[in-house]
Amino acid sequence: MAFRQDTFGELKVPLAWTAGVALVVCVVIATGLMLSDRRGTVENTAHAATQQAVDTVVTPVGDVLSMPGRWISGVFTFLGSYWDAAGENRRLKLKLQEAQRSQDRTTALSLENARLRTILGIRTDPPMPMVTARVVLDARGPFRRAQLANAGSDLGVAVGFPVMSERGVVGRVVGVTSNASRILLLKDVSSRTPVMIARSNARAILTGDGGDNPRLENLRGFDPVRAGDRILTSGDGGVYPRGLPIGRAVKGLDGRWRVVLDSDMVALDWVRILQFKDFAQLADPNALSRGAMPGVITEDPQARILRDAASALTSPQGARAAGQAPAPSAAKPPTGSAAVPRSVTPSAAEKPRAVPAATPDPAATAPAGRP
Amino acid sequence: MSFQAARPLDPVRWLVAPALICLAATLLLALPFRFFGLQLPEPVVPMICVFAWAVIRPSVISAPVILTLGLVLDLLWGSPFGLWGLSMLIGYGLTLTMRAMMTGQSRMMMWFWFMTVSGVSLTAGYLFTTLAFDHPPSLVGAIWQLFATSLLFPFANRLIDRFDDADVRFR
Repeated sequence: MAFRQDTFGELKVPLAWTAGVALVVCVVIATGLMLSDRRGTVENTAHAATQQAVDTVVTPVGDVLSMPGRWISGVFTFLGSYWDAAGENRRLKLKLQEAQRSQDRTTALSLENARLRTILGIRTDPPMPMVTARVVLDARGPFRRAQLANAGSDLGVAVGFPVMSERGVVGRVVGVTSNASRILLLKDVSSRTPVMIARSNARAILTGDGGDNPRLENLRGFDPVRAGDRILTSGDGGVYPRGLPIGRAVKGLDGRWRVVLDSDMVALDWVRILQFKDFAQLADPNALSRGAMPGVITEDPQARILRDAASALTSPQGARAAGQAPAPSAAKPPTGSAAVPRSVTPSAAEKPRAVPAATPDPAATAPAGRP
Repeated sequence: MSFQAARPLDPVRWLVAPALICLAATLLLALPFRFFGLQLPEPVVPMICVFAWAVIRPSVISAPVILTLGLVLDLLWGSPFGLWGLSMLIGYGLTLTMRAMMTGQSRMMMWFWFMTVSGVSLTAGYLFTTLAFDHPPSLVGAIWQLFATSLLFPFANRLIDRFDDADVRFR
């Protein structure tokens, strides 16, 4: 009570009020910042420059800090492999036998594939160089699944490049600085990846939700997916090359199809950034849009009216409609300059005749003289 | 009465130092460690400051520092700019309005309040993310992060114990 009577005690109310005002001001600022960061794509953010500056500074720090962790992980891996040496040896021998059989089949199929490609003259995808990088930061929260790798534009990394671990696709590069690149994982809530199911060749969209198993959405076709099916990138849209391994389909507890990612099977210390440019990026858009447009052949409306009138007169329906007897024989097709479109050359004069045949007008399409 | 007891707190001691420690811990937990196939959890470490600062006393500086912490989190994790700042300020505002009810409660009750405030902040983040991407994030992931964050209460309790009685105007 004594505090409230002196002047010092009165400071409590103004401080609480000013704290409240400061809170409201900060909330307004935060809201404004978040609204200003509304993005069209994940790559284009309003604060990209700030993000890049932070990535540039944080990458070497994370690289140094993660070094003891890598050593400790290495020690655990060494100890684990030491204790499991005998069992692992047995497993590896079996795997080696399977791999040798598989290699023989693969060699035969590769040769056959190359021969068939040569026969068909198929243009294969260009060779794809890659950059190896080390992951130095890993955001694992539900609202963002992203990583920071220590390779940037200095090594030729660019926004949009796909990223793989030794087992499968991890994600793609959404931001790049001179020494770092930010990788958006397939699991991220904003990630959408066109995929295909290897068994049925059905297409789907792999939709991340921040969890470990992204969902398969927009599935098309009859019985498109079964548990255990291999999921690959479809290459649609040109974001990823076709056929990169992603994972296996599983039925989630919520009844939706989900994917167990291959990249989760191994530690994500090292990743490979594929310097992939799809056809749309490789092709010169100016060259594609250059050149004269093909000539458009249009029909002369006057000729169409005259021909339709002649058809109506010669066909039974048209004759009945006109109150006349049908013509005893097939009427001659309309001749004369009026039947030939004015905009075409004589050599192309027959082309427009096919146009009325494709139209649903019964008077124009009915064969002349038909009862 | 001595004015010594009513001396304002040093902002560096109760605001800046804990904020820097929280950021360092966040950076360490963001490192890509994986032991036996398991990853480290990713709690929202600055929730310690959000809760403790509001319980200790109202302050003009707390809100801007929390906003700064949130922006740093966004830049570190790559989330939409302002997401964590706004989410944590909502939790801070809730604690500030309820602090009269919280002070003097038992340790377990304070733990419950800490979980509630963290849950409100994460719910706000969940809603903002849904609005930003037109797609709800994983509820399991959010619950897992809430669980990991709630385990940090002993640190918040330590901060409260240390500075709660430092300024007698706000007892």
